[in-house]
Amino acid sequence: MNEAGERLYNGLIKENPTFVLMLGMCPTLAVTTSAINGLGMGLTTMVVLALSNVMISLLRNIIPDKVRIPAFIVVIASFVTMVELLLEGFIPFLYDALGIYIPLIVVNCIILGRAEAFASKNPVLPSLFDGIGMGLGFSFALTCIGAVRELIGAGTLFGAHIMPASYVPCTIFIMAPGAFFVLATLTALQNKFKAIGEKKGKDMSKVGSGCSEDCMNCGQSGCSSRKFYDEDGSDGPVGKVEPKKKSVKKSEEKAEKVEEKAEKVEEKAEAAEAKAEAAEEKAETAEEKVDVAESAEQNETEGKEE
Amino acid sequence: MSTTIKDLLVILISSSLISNVVLSQFLGLCPFLGVSKKTDTAAGMGMALIFVITISSLVAGLIYQYILVPLHIEYLQTIVFILVIAALVQFVEMFLKKFIPSLYQALGIYLPLITTNCAVLGVALTNVTKQYGILNSVVNGFATAVGFTISIIILAGLREKMEYNDVPESFKGMPIVLVTAGLMAIAFCGFSGLL
Repeated sequence: MNEAGERLYNGLIKENPTFVLMLGMCPTLAVTTSAINGLGMGLTTMVVLALSNVMISLLRNIIPDKVRIPAFIVVIASFVTMVELLLEGFIPFLYDALGIYIPLIVVNCIILGRAEAFASKNPVLPSLFDGIGMGLGFSFALTCIGAVRELIGAGTLFGAHIMPASYVPCTIFIMAPGAFFVLATLTALQNKFKAIGEKKGKDMSKVGSGCSEDCMNCGQSGCSSRKFYDEDGSDGPVGKVEPKKKSVKKSEEKAEKVEEKAEKVEEKAEAAEAKAEAAEEKAETAEEKVDVAESAEQNETEGKEE
Repeated sequence: MSTTIKDLLVILISSSLISNVVLSQFLGLCPFLGVSKKTDTAAGMGMALIFVITISSLVAGLIYQYILVPLHIEYLQTIVFILVIAALVQFVEMFLKKFIPSLYQALGIYLPLITTNCAVLGVALTNVTKQYGILNSVVNGFATAVGFTISIIILAGLREKMEYNDVPESFKGMPIVLVTAGLMAIAFCGFSGLL
């Protein structure tokens, strides 16, 4: 059971999907108006994640590589539908509170990301614990964010009054703008820790930097199957903090990243190829994608020279 | 369900401005934050999304009304919608490439990016939840996408202005964009008294 413990630790702390990897930001922002909603959403996602991980791990030798993404989506969507019906039947208040965001778990990057990155390559038991660990990490993060927003925005915690009666709730924090501000603070803190970690020479490459980067990276087909920023010729992921003084080491790291990126784009092009039946047309797209990757690489190099 | 012009106008305004898809529902955040570096790419993304969401709400509406409801399998909506949308986007891409190359040139690169965008699925599901007819669904889809386009172009404009501003080190990149989006969300809260 040592391995199980390791998977749980990994999901909860080391690769926490929200605080470290920055995945699945859309539900994170939308449902964390109170701690209880955050907890409910987190646990719902955890159930789906654990079940779909188990199923995908069982099917990993049967699903052909070319149609794996649609197959994963069908598996995930089936479990989401089941969980949705169960919630409607047994926990109606949560069903009402989460509303449209329950079916939208299907397009949550974390689930497809874990299916692609872990469950499709590992046996059943580790996949189950990976799902539970990641799910617990997600629940923990959502509950924390929900608690902060609820405490500032309504002066309560899990529905109980915490703040003194004289406290005037800052309602904006439980409304939409508050979600953006809380996430902004969170990513700023993450950038800060990342900078400190890099100074100490730790490997921080796993730490994501905001939705814009990772939603598209996760499992090579997260919220959307390809990267956006290559197209507009920018010099790197939008969310990344560019250090002003670049040491030799860092530029080496960057070059590696570019290579990784090119590989990923190629892989993604392959995945896209698998999706479409018209192989010829798709091959063209794949070529285009590789071209895009190359141009991105060039841009990177230019950026470095500057 | 009879629809009047007034109903459609109400849907148009409420979906595009009042309950804006990004700023109050948090759907489609990834392209909103990811493609908003320049105004012209943001506009391209917005146009592609208008195109796809309008068509997909039409198709999803038709499938729901004429296949799922008669067969009493409404509970399969999530699975059906996500597969239909993914297939539809691929199909639209191929169709445009073959028959309308000029439009493909303009929108082509953005189309694959929205295959499993949560906004597209979100609109299809909202249409069902609110029990819209086919016409209302299409108008709702169009209005939602217009709302997305408005907000992404505004954000891109703001980011272009902010590019050379002196931002605190840890707030560079994503955090400052999120703060900007938060301020925009406050502004959009002002629309809530409109209807």
